[in-house]
Amino acid sequence: MGIEVLFLILAVIVVAFGIGVVVVNRRRAGSARPPQRPTARPDAPPPRPGGTLVEERPDTDAAVEAPPEVVEAPLSLRDRLAKARSTFAGAIAGVLGRTGITEESFEDLEEALLRADVGVGIATELIDGLREKVRNKEVTEPQELLDALAAEMTERLAGADRTLHFEPGDPGSPNVWMFVGVNGVGKTTTIGKLTKHEVDRGRTVLLAAGDTFRAAAAEQLTTWAERAGVEIVRGAEGADPSSVIFDGIERAAARDVDLVMADTAGRLHTKSNLMEELRKVRRVAEKGAGRVTETLLVIDATTGQNGLTQAREFREATDVTGVVLTKLDGSAKGGIVFAIETELGIPVKLVGVGESLGDLVDFDPNEFVSALFEH
Amino acid sequence: MFDNLSSRLEDIVTKIRGKGRLTEADVDEVMKEIRTALLEADVNVTVVRSVCNRIREHAIGATRSKALDPGQQVVKAVNDELTRALGGETLKITYASKPPTVVLMAGLQGSGKTTASAKLAAWFKAQGRQPLMVGADLQRPAAVEQLRTLGRQIDVPVFSDPEDPVLTAADGLEEAKRLGRDVVIVDTAGRLSIDAEMMEQVRLISGAVDPHYTFLVIDAMTGQDAVQTAEAFHATLQIDGVIMSKLDGDARGGAALSVKEVIGRPIAFASTGEKLTEFEQFHPDRMAGRILGMGDMLTLIEQAEQAFDEEQAEAAASKLMEGQFTLDDFLEQMQALKKMGPLSGVLGMMPGMPKELKGAKIDDDDLKPIEAIIRSMTAEERAVPTIINGSRRARIAAGSGTQVSDVNRLVKQFADMQKMMKKMGMMGKPGKKGKKGKGGLGALKGLPGGLDLDGDAPDLPGLPGMPNMPGMPRR
Repeated sequence: MGIEVLFLILAVIVVAFGIGVVVVNRRRAGSARPPQRPTARPDAPPPRPGGTLVEERPDTDAAVEAPPEVVEAPLSLRDRLAKARSTFAGAIAGVLGRTGITEESFEDLEEALLRADVGVGIATELIDGLREKVRNKEVTEPQELLDALAAEMTERLAGADRTLHFEPGDPGSPNVWMFVGVNGVGKTTTIGKLTKHEVDRGRTVLLAAGDTFRAAAAEQLTTWAERAGVEIVRGAEGADPSSVIFDGIERAAARDVDLVMADTAGRLHTKSNLMEELRKVRRVAEKGAGRVTETLLVIDATTGQNGLTQAREFREATDVTGVVLTKLDGSAKGGIVFAIETELGIPVKLVGVGESLGDLVDFDPNEFVSALFEH
Repeated sequence: MFDNLSSRLEDIVTKIRGKGRLTEADVDEVMKEIRTALLEADVNVTVVRSVCNRIREHAIGATRSKALDPGQQVVKAVNDELTRALGGETLKITYASKPPTVVLMAGLQGSGKTTASAKLAAWFKAQGRQPLMVGADLQRPAAVEQLRTLGRQIDVPVFSDPEDPVLTAADGLEEAKRLGRDVVIVDTAGRLSIDAEMMEQVRLISGAVDPHYTFLVIDAMTGQDAVQTAEAFHATLQIDGVIMSKLDGDARGGAALSVKEVIGRPIAFASTGEKLTEFEQFHPDRMAGRILGMGDMLTLIEQAEQAFDEEQAEAAASKLMEGQFTLDDFLEQMQALKKMGPLSGVLGMMPGMPKELKGAKIDDDDLKPIEAIIRSMTAEERAVPTIINGSRRARIAAGSGTQVSDVNRLVKQFADMQKMMKKMGMMGKPGKKGKKGKGGLGALKGLPGGLDLDGDAPDLPGLPGMPNMPGMPRR
């Protein structure tokens, strides 16, 4: 017997025994809470107390005075999405190419749904529903089959409240919109675009650079603040994000700013210490003068089935009120939002369809679904 | 990282394992579940289809042949197919005979290129190279600033010129030659594969620096689109390998499987954490085992070899078999085990670990009370725990800051384990690990049974043995 095998036996025994004891002890402890994890990132420098820098803008009215950029006539979501070859094109051709509805028709459609990241569960439900309709002779022609699927998909997204909540209140009590999500989904960019949008509609906005972790995240947000002509509050790299956002809200309150957009560092939903940190950010944001009226989860359209887990974990930590689906102008279809809406009841509120300022638009289920069926 | 897929497949495999005969209906049932498991893991639809067809062929073959254990053959087919789909060999980096070796990074927005560039630079540095990073992402605000900050953290110079990405890349290469840096990593802007203009730009950058390696950075959480993206980038740039980012989440890694299958290029590196050092070469052959929940034995062995002292371990093992294993030995081995990294990681690589244990979120701190209890015992007590009576118990509990009942339980569980190991030592003569799952290691099957002999955890599952440990060197 090789020496490696001995090592392994030892390792297995030690692990199994040690963990067995821990698990048994936990059972005994009943529902005792697991030890609180430290919320600071282990490798981040210690937060500097009072390290918040405020970049003064000489003239806060500049935002109002700045002539709004000429935004090209907004293309519909459908037009923009049509740029990408439709995932459904092949399936649609397949279904329509047959004289009747056959088993292959269902298979084609199921595959198309799967390719759009709708997920096995919902794809199966949708296809089973179609089979039922065909069996009951409600649907007999191939085109009707497509229409029935589109109708069912739209139906699933119907009825949700997709407005961004803004409660006009007393001066000195700003609304706070918080942005959360995993790394690289486009939180900062979304804030940049939305800020411009809100400024254009006449609201005063302040940005709070709560991403104190990623190198140069605050610089990136500062660029957006300059473009929109709004004030930004930022902290030192590695500063406590809760305090940066709190300071931002206090500053906004002092200046009668309507709305604070709070950026947070991207984090994987599996990192319990970082999720704990986010929970604290959310809590602290309510402590001062402001009211958190939106917590938006930013999800990248390329995200697969993991998106549902992300949404669940972020909702648990921060009470997510809506989803922003970004990068929908690529070849990805963002079908995961069906699962997020139907299983978790979190509405998609905004869609990112491009890199320029005007490319953040309201989510419209009809257009979203019909863009899938474009051919 | 692939935990969810593993546990799904594990369930399926457990169902068919040990079945004397498999009917075609059984195979259909199993194939349906495998298909669902793969799809839920975001494996591309086309890839799922071909992988499933091949597994099915093997499985049907297994039902026809009169082989003893058709379930086992299906398991093997799944394992072989996954290994094949992931690609066999680890990508070996060879350096240009005339330095610098040029590496180009490409990918969608937010896939993690900038971070991956810095991590790769740190990796090259650890290999004794002298990298230079070139910031050719002039699109995203402050992207170059991010690269510079990361460069400072790992002490690697960064070159950039805000004028033009193509010029920046070309000038960066010249700068590297001037400074005598032997590796150049060019970070580019994120771009959508359908954005013709931006794809043309990256093609020009590639033409300007003529990279030895072009890596596509893909987010591990990507769904079905991973394949389309990879195909488009491969068509434009001739990808040499893929870097999987954010593999430390709970994404099931289907994208990793699919991309390799579709563009025929291996996953070269994987990013496994937020720290700049959490980046490693990807070993596809080992990943299939991990996906199947069979553990990653090779990595485990490598780490064990570094952590354990050979003689000590051998002595401990023979003591174990003879039932002479003391709490002192246990403590010693536990210390060694700690060197292998966080427990949860070690656990993930172990084959056949019950889901409940894997999911228990064990922190290394959780073991501290056990350690404290043992350390509060006298040498005599550690060697012969049976002498521990009421007053000794109270002393140990007070000394370790635990309850008397905790001490009791530990002593009892240890005694149970000892009994069992003794039994096992007698029945399974180690060294004759001939038949799979029988004797030797297989006898470990009963192990955790000993842990819940006191009846407090009736549903604590046992280690389901280690039938056919993959990758286990046969000596």
